[in-house]
Amino acid sequence: MLKRLFRHTKGEGNDCSKLCCTKIENFTVKVGKLTIFEDVNLHVHCGQLTAVIGPNGAGKSTLLRAILGEISHTGTLKYADAKGKHTGKPIIGYVPQYLKFDVSAPITVLDLFSTCRSHRPIWLLPSNIRKEVEESLKRVKAADLIDRRLGALSGGELQRVLLALALNPMPDILLLDEPVSGVDQNGLEIFYNILEDLQNNEDMAIILISHDLNMVARHADQVVLMNKGVVCSGTPEEVFHDSRTRRIFGMLTEGGVNHGGTGFVWVEHKKKKHQQGCGCPDCAEAEGDEE
Amino acid sequence: MEWLEYDFMKNAFLAVLLITPLFGLLSTMVVSNRMAFFSDSLGHGAFTGLAIGAVVGIISPMESLILFSVVFALLITWIKNKSSASTDTIIGVFSSTGIALGLMMMSYGGGFNKFSNYLIGDVLSITTQELGSLLLVLVLVFVIWGLMFNKLLVLSINQSFARSRGIDVMLTEGIFAAMVAVVVAISIQWVGLLIINSLLVLPAAAARNVSNSVKQYHAVSIGSAMISGISGLMLAYHFNMAAGATIVVISALIFFITLLLKPRFVR
Repeated sequence: MLKRLFRHTKGEGNDCSKLCCTKIENFTVKVGKLTIFEDVNLHVHCGQLTAVIGPNGAGKSTLLRAILGEISHTGTLKYADAKGKHTGKPIIGYVPQYLKFDVSAPITVLDLFSTCRSHRPIWLLPSNIRKEVEESLKRVKAADLIDRRLGALSGGELQRVLLALALNPMPDILLLDEPVSGVDQNGLEIFYNILEDLQNNEDMAIILISHDLNMVARHADQVVLMNKGVVCSGTPEEVFHDSRTRRIFGMLTEGGVNHGGTGFVWVEHKKKKHQQGCGCPDCAEAEGDEE
Repeated sequence: MEWLEYDFMKNAFLAVLLITPLFGLLSTMVVSNRMAFFSDSLGHGAFTGLAIGAVVGIISPMESLILFSVVFALLITWIKNKSSASTDTIIGVFSSTGIALGLMMMSYGGGFNKFSNYLIGDVLSITTQELGSLLLVLVLVFVIWGLMFNKLLVLSINQSFARSRGIDVMLTEGIFAAMVAVVVAISIQWVGLLIINSLLVLPAAAARNVSNSVKQYHAVSIGSAMISGISGLMLAYHFNMAAGATIVVISALIFFITLLLKPRFVR
């Protein structure tokens, strides 16, 4: 289905320099004799949100770390820009699981940004990028948090700050590892709204790991079910109706998606958008005009 | 300042002024990177370093110590990054091997006593020449700190995240580990093997209790290291005690005071 490179016509006219196609081919990660996952093939489009779901230990986080290049793996990561050319290394933004973040350290939000964005030793000199940081934080509705200590942020606030950081510089691919686990409903909505904004306005490819199947059903364009490899993938509708998904998640999908009225409306809505704007081979005929 | 009239006290005072900011600085990232156990193992590895120097005879124990400590530190960092075993297990293995191998070689022929100076350390024995090399190390460490601190800080927060920001994790860790190894190796004869690790842990541990930003963290860490260093030396002189140990006890005291003050400072 989504195996071919495609031309992407959405974006800022002809000047679309953003990555528009990412292909993960035959990714396999082994630690010693233990296979974490094998033969993972993924095709991620720009402006699309791909959700990776699966039980604990399925290899989801490891997949992200393999994409980051942190873990040695076999298989290749290919990416091409709007014109279908090889563009070298894509910029990858990464938001780690927030529980794995050391929040007890005496670091302010400004410290965190400055340390990532400049070579100026922040332990000695005042930050020179305060304005820039404020702008970044505004994007995720967190401008008032600039002088707060990381440990004093709530889960949702920290997650938005980390997202703002991952967006600076603006990445080609955004990797989110369970970004909203433990975040309340309000924070959840803000977070997904920001993601949607990024998909639409920055034309960014987003890969998200989540256990919140209801949210996935509402917001994802593509869902990948992993369990030591890709079990099945497709639109949320396809994956959630697949018998293998039901077997792995049991009652969860039955209650959460199939009978959750709002979930369905969203799936339909997303599907429509997908057909109009994505430019993937299946919908290429239908395309031609901008969204 | 009657006690400063003696040359050895003057030198010791200058040594404390040079060593303590060094430890205060390194301490921040030793604590943030959870490397307390690692720096402790450097002290243990020092046994082997000294013994090799004494046995081989071509190089002085000091040179052998510095060289061995750096290799030891880099080896731990490398294996830690390559292996899936937990960090404290790996360090534990190295640490115990280091101390056992050292003791074995030192006790060879019953010559252990000549090493006992290194266990307690004696800051009063420092010479003017050694002060010069300490100053050099201090300047070097501050320069390296200026260049690579930001990377170290990102690394201390989350390794995968650091990788995504284009930081070479192993290189950064390696440089830091080697730097700590050199500082530990050269200060061991004045501070003492048994307590050197406390100077790498206590200042930042205290600073974490009362600081909210990276700048405060550094200032408090270096400040508390220097205060305990100077007051420790004076007390040790007046009551005729081991200077290193007195300094550590005062550092510990500062830690407990900051622990009590924590709710007032940390937002």
